[in-house]
Amino acid sequence: MMSLPFQVVVLWSDALFFGLVTAVVMLGMWARRQAPLRHSWARVASDKVAMVSATVLAAFLFVGVLDSLHYRARLDAAPGQAVAQKINYAVEVNSLLDVLLAPLRLHPEKTYSAPLATHLFSKEPLPGSIERGFPRLTWGGAHLGYALEHRTIDIVQRSALGAAGGLLLWLGLMSVMRLRFKRQGQAIESAQKPGAGEATMSQGGRAINALLAVADGDAARKSSRRVASHATLLTLLVLFLIMGVTMALGSGYHVLGTDKVGQDVLYLSLKSIRTGLLIGTLTTLVMLPVAVLLGILAGYLGGWVDDVIQYAYTTLNSIPGVLLIAAAVLMMQVVIDTHPDWFVTSAERADARLLALCLILGMTSWTGLARLLRGETLKLRELEFVQAARAFGVSHFAIMQRHILPNLMHIVLIALVMDFSGLVLAEAVLSYVGVGVDPATISFGTMINAARMELARDPMVWWSLAAAFTFMFILVLAANLLTDAVRDAFDPRTAA
Amino acid sequence: MSLLRVSNLVIDIGVACPVDGVSFSIEAGECFALLGESGCGKSMTALGLMRLLPPGARVSQGQVEFAGTQLLALPENRMRQVRGGGIGMIFQEPATSLNPVMRIGHQIGEALALHEQLQGVAARARAVELLMQVGIPDPVRRLDEFPFQLSGGMKQRVMIAMALAGRPRLLIADEPTTALDVTIQAQVLDVLDALRRKQGMAVLLISHDLGVVARMADRVGVMYAGQLVEEAPRARFFAHPAHPYSVRLFSALPDPARRGANLATIPGNVPPAETHHVGCRFVERCPEALAQCREAAPAWRAVNADQRMRCVLERSPGIEKVGTSRGLPAGRADDAPRSFESFSGQSPSGTAAEGDHDTMVPPLLSVNDLRVHFPIRRGLLQRTVGHVRAVDGISLQLQAGRTLALVGESGCGKTTAGKAILQLVSPTSGQVHLKGQLLVGLSTSELRPLRAQMQMIFQDPFASLNPRMRVGDIITEGMRTLGLAAGREKKSAERVAELLGRVGLAAEMASRYPHEFSGGQRQRIAIARALAVNPSLLVCDEPTSALDVSVQAQILNLLAQLQREQQLAFLFITHNIAVVDYLAHEVAVMYLGRIVERGTTDEVLRNPQHPYTQALLAAVLPVHGPLVVMTRLTGEMPSAAKPPQGCHFHPRCPHADAACRTTDPAEVMISATHGACCLKLKD
Amino acid sequence: MCSTTANASPSWGGSVYFAPMLAYIIRRLLYAVPILLGVNLITFVLFFVVNSPDDMARMQLGIKRVTPEAIQKWKAERGYDQPLIWNATAAGSAGMAHLTETVFFNKSMRMFAGDFGRADDGRDIASEIKHRAGPSLAIAVPTFILGLGVAIAFALLLVFFRATRADFFGVVLCVAMMSVSGLFYIIGGQWLVAKVWHWVPISGYATGFTAAKFLVLPVFIGVIAGLGASARWYRTIFLEEITRDYVRTARAKGASEAAVLFRHVLRNAMIPILTGVVAVIPTLFMGSLLTESFFGIPGLGSYTIEAINAQDFAVVRAMVFIGSVLYILGLLATDISYTLADPRVSLK
Repeated sequence: MMSLPFQVVVLWSDALFFGLVTAVVMLGMWARRQAPLRHSWARVASDKVAMVSATVLAAFLFVGVLDSLHYRARLDAAPGQAVAQKINYAVEVNSLLDVLLAPLRLHPEKTYSAPLATHLFSKEPLPGSIERGFPRLTWGGAHLGYALEHRTIDIVQRSALGAAGGLLLWLGLMSVMRLRFKRQGQAIESAQKPGAGEATMSQGGRAINALLAVADGDAARKSSRRVASHATLLTLLVLFLIMGVTMALGSGYHVLGTDKVGQDVLYLSLKSIRTGLLIGTLTTLVMLPVAVLLGILAGYLGGWVDDVIQYAYTTLNSIPGVLLIAAAVLMMQVVIDTHPDWFVTSAERADARLLALCLILGMTSWTGLARLLRGETLKLRELEFVQAARAFGVSHFAIMQRHILPNLMHIVLIALVMDFSGLVLAEAVLSYVGVGVDPATISFGTMINAARMELARDPMVWWSLAAAFTFMFILVLAANLLTDAVRDAFDPRTAA
Repeated sequence: MSLLRVSNLVIDIGVACPVDGVSFSIEAGECFALLGESGCGKSMTALGLMRLLPPGARVSQGQVEFAGTQLLALPENRMRQVRGGGIGMIFQEPATSLNPVMRIGHQIGEALALHEQLQGVAARARAVELLMQVGIPDPVRRLDEFPFQLSGGMKQRVMIAMALAGRPRLLIADEPTTALDVTIQAQVLDVLDALRRKQGMAVLLISHDLGVVARMADRVGVMYAGQLVEEAPRARFFAHPAHPYSVRLFSALPDPARRGANLATIPGNVPPAETHHVGCRFVERCPEALAQCREAAPAWRAVNADQRMRCVLERSPGIEKVGTSRGLPAGRADDAPRSFESFSGQSPSGTAAEGDHDTMVPPLLSVNDLRVHFPIRRGLLQRTVGHVRAVDGISLQLQAGRTLALVGESGCGKTTAGKAILQLVSPTSGQVHLKGQLLVGLSTSELRPLRAQMQMIFQDPFASLNPRMRVGDIITEGMRTLGLAAGREKKSAERVAELLGRVGLAAEMASRYPHEFSGGQRQRIAIARALAVNPSLLVCDEPTSALDVSVQAQILNLLAQLQREQQLAFLFITHNIAVVDYLAHEVAVMYLGRIVERGTTDEVLRNPQHPYTQALLAAVLPVHGPLVVMTRLTGEMPSAAKPPQGCHFHPRCPHADAACRTTDPAEVMISATHGACCLKLKD
Repeated sequence: MCSTTANASPSWGGSVYFAPMLAYIIRRLLYAVPILLGVNLITFVLFFVVNSPDDMARMQLGIKRVTPEAIQKWKAERGYDQPLIWNATAAGSAGMAHLTETVFFNKSMRMFAGDFGRADDGRDIASEIKHRAGPSLAIAVPTFILGLGVAIAFALLLVFFRATRADFFGVVLCVAMMSVSGLFYIIGGQWLVAKVWHWVPISGYATGFTAAKFLVLPVFIGVIAGLGASARWYRTIFLEEITRDYVRTARAKGASEAAVLFRHVLRNAMIPILTGVVAVIPTLFMGSLLTESFFGIPGLGSYTIEAINAQDFAVVRAMVFIGSVLYILGLLATDISYTLADPRVSLK
């Protein structure tokens, strides 16, 4: 019997997350073919800041995707057991990211250690001695042995090596793209003659252009798009360099130190990304259909339907958001705690709680978008093209679907990207308050919650908080900047 | 020395150049009109010389000299003294041009404080004086009101009062009456003209309306695509326009003399401001263009002692004739692909014989005592405390293949009436019969098969097409809904191509989106959409009021052609008397929800019986002929929520007496087809 | 009773101006009743239907100590031992007891009368709320007023320098500021101002004027944390307003840029800003969850957090109810402020 050395585990959130990513990609492909939207996309694509942000977000997304491919390792059969017996799988559910980060994950220290440190942060009784001192780390800098004076040189060497690796990887990627998109690129920018030094850059830029290929004949637009794609490539280069250096250093040190229980902070930060992304995206997935459906129904049909929907969202809105979420989460916790038999692994339990949180956030946050869409539908309903459709006797459903919905899509899109950053920030607050994700789930909120007292220590421990805040800041900033560009491009008031 | 001298003014917005080398001068006390269609750079020129250009636009060349001062070189704080002090300005949209949250008195007071150093009581007294000058009744009370409490005409008067506050020597009036109804327009122009003469103020008038220019201007400059193309004194210009563009502006005007024949049109549109021009800017649309017109831009050339133009063509007597008598069917200027020879036969003015004939055939559309009332809810329980009587008992008949014009000012209920006839608004009471079938009270599904019989064309070509649908899908939507799509994709594609061809568009346009089309083209698409279901009645709600005059001519030609080919009946809702005169067989005049007069076009327009019809016609500004200063209609139309007792028109009627205030006038028939609702007609 | 107001003649007379307003307020307050009922229903479903009182008792008592008697005792202490919405066994006059002797009536409906019951520690929730509203307001009101002023001033500055590099960097700064987690502002601010610079105590609260030294830091942090988002929003409103026709009219009058900005743009832009902000004022009573818990302010925010952490459902329920009442008051205040700020709006 053939059997894999692992069992693929698809958590509910994985399935939804991949579904969402696929849907977004397909939506993007569809949108690229829509002429009225194409101009707007072209505007986003030629915005330097937007493209840099999108690249950074893509990197975060990449980490999130890696962390969403889950499996359970097969347990090696005990020596005495017959091979034919039932195969056992580890209780622990790991992801592909866990495998890649195995060196970080599997080498915990005893407690706090500073970034790139070789010793623990606090004095402890040294083994075999009555004196207190800073014990050596079991992994951080262990390869140095006792030649601690080489640490600086080692770090520089590793950084240089990592940077070189990153650069090589980037060049490799460029040449692959160059081959792959050469023809398309030439079709798009036929007259371009790059200088020798700029050759790679321009080829890559062309490739990015081909990726974004949006037929748009405007010369000014084209040149600003080239600037934007060069910025994208530079961002990629920076990302690759950071990745290379981090990997090279990470093979011998805890790059961002360790936390109270000795876990690698870099590992925790990277694991938090998936949680943030999931909360930011799945929540909108829950909220979107409700908001769109109710908003359009209320605005278009009016009358008692409008009254009922308005009543529903005024009521929901009137409950203070955090309290409603807290109440719902508390209740959900009771449900989960009283039904331990529902979940096989703790990962599934944590996953269920994460999903429930998304559901609760979604159910409490549809009101804003619904109200916005209702107001816009009220305006659209009176427009002459809707009147014209009514003059043909087009059914209400068809009018809503063909005439109202497509003209609301820009609002939906803007709301989607706008909500994302708000939700990532909200997760941290909710987890801090204790009504966020499961304490076992690694997230920015749980990291901050665990490290909340560390600045008060003396000497203070700053790296856990700094890492969590920095990662979160970059993610949210990138999302916010992209939002700005998307809104400028899609909002009919600003998109000239 | 001229009061204002603009030399070679160039304004850039990025790569676009909306004003490209404009030079003109205005003498003290003179009214100079900049005439042209939208997008020609008229307003941009005015904003440029006031240095009020929108962000992104800048004056890149040229000089503006006002009363001996170079305006473009002035520091900003000195320029502020010129604005409002030396030069006053009023704008097109009185509704949005006043600060909505500031009292009228404060807004005028701001200008008084800046330029007259008046404060407090003195400023208030002067503000009252200004409001009286512009003819605002009860000025003391108005000072403490907010703009929303004033009607459109009153707001424009306040704008004028505000512009006059600094005693300017030049007033720039940017389309000052375009947003106003014709009777109000006449009032406002009278005010402007009287003030100008009394105060010796120069006026730079910006307008697309030949009638307004004829009424106001001393001298006319025609703008086209960012340049002045002709300049002449008013009398000379209106008698003998020289530039081919000017000539065609005149011949595109609807005119009863050309009824049944095609209007001359200017094919295409004004080129966008980004266009790089080599030759003459008008060359693409000029039927008389020569090879040399494409090679070099024509220089100014004197046609006459006081008339000059940018055109190399010698004025041929034939063209002049188009401009003056306008008797020539300018079929070659039509851009419709199947333009036909000048149409003859069928006298559109309904003769008695024809009228008799009509009464025997049952009418296509018959409306009887139609009412549409919208409830007004107030108070604790939102009880209905009154009704807006948008349509208050109208009756009309329309025969197949004929055009009935429903004429009235904005707010008279004509659009609501059109929608109620199509059952887009449910009538409160009354009957509508189409081909003998009662429409009122039918359910959506019962109504659906009848929808193919009646369609509507809307006013705003930009709002009437769904921006997210392809033209082909827009046109086939009705066919599919009504089950006329004949099934197969291929067949409906053929049908779309045929329809596009019929409205003068190319078949491959079916795969494009509305934003790629100009206003006129969009209106053609809207017509094709309506035609797709083979209606016998088209309700046209001001289909050309958003279009430039040359494009309006294209659409009117198309509609007339469709009527002849398909025996379509039009219910033509409009405020434009000239269009009515050109197009309609019969006319019904609406005032405050009621029809006050109806009859054939000749009867109503040549022999108006109702005082309102008379006033409405008197307010129309003639392009030709002597200026007749008539007694203007005073006041404005009351709200439909509180229509006056008795005859709705009595508060504004010069002949009203006690009986008019109490008695609802019944229709008095003047002839078999001509009736009017006025008590005075009894004797 | 109000028939005269409903039929008041729609003239512009001053005396009848307030009658429609009164009718409007009464109507809106009546409309609030079904909303509050809805809120009660939602909390009731959340707290008593999704989980039975038995489930809650089991969780609160812990797995080990669960016995049927302990559960009964726990429920009886808290008044959860009645049927949820229909008491079939209750004996009372006219059958009202069927409805009144229930969890729904006693726990949810009584809140309408201001009776919130007791917290798990036995204290009366209503009096606790009364005590804690003061400290909450002491933080929230200065934060609100200062935050509004600073944000508007900053936005005006950006608008004054619109389309320059200063504006660009200002907007980037706003976006960066709103990308920072609120937790960071508090933790970072406490660390820098209180721990490194020792300017103010890290946390704590006192009554009277001594409270000021405890309030400075949380208020300052509250203002900074909200600055990015609000300044950017106000800037958008100002910029939208500045393209209006009446601004062009004011310029054509010869008004200076400052006059245009302050006399015309600010006045009009304040309508959406103020009315958006008025909705928040009543909810200031609720305090700020994070600030209060980090700074040890004994207000309603920290009360709520403690209740959530201790899973004290009675307190959470009470706070939900109060929050909804305040929200509805905020909506009403918004509508009324519209009529005061915008002459075009009249209440109907």
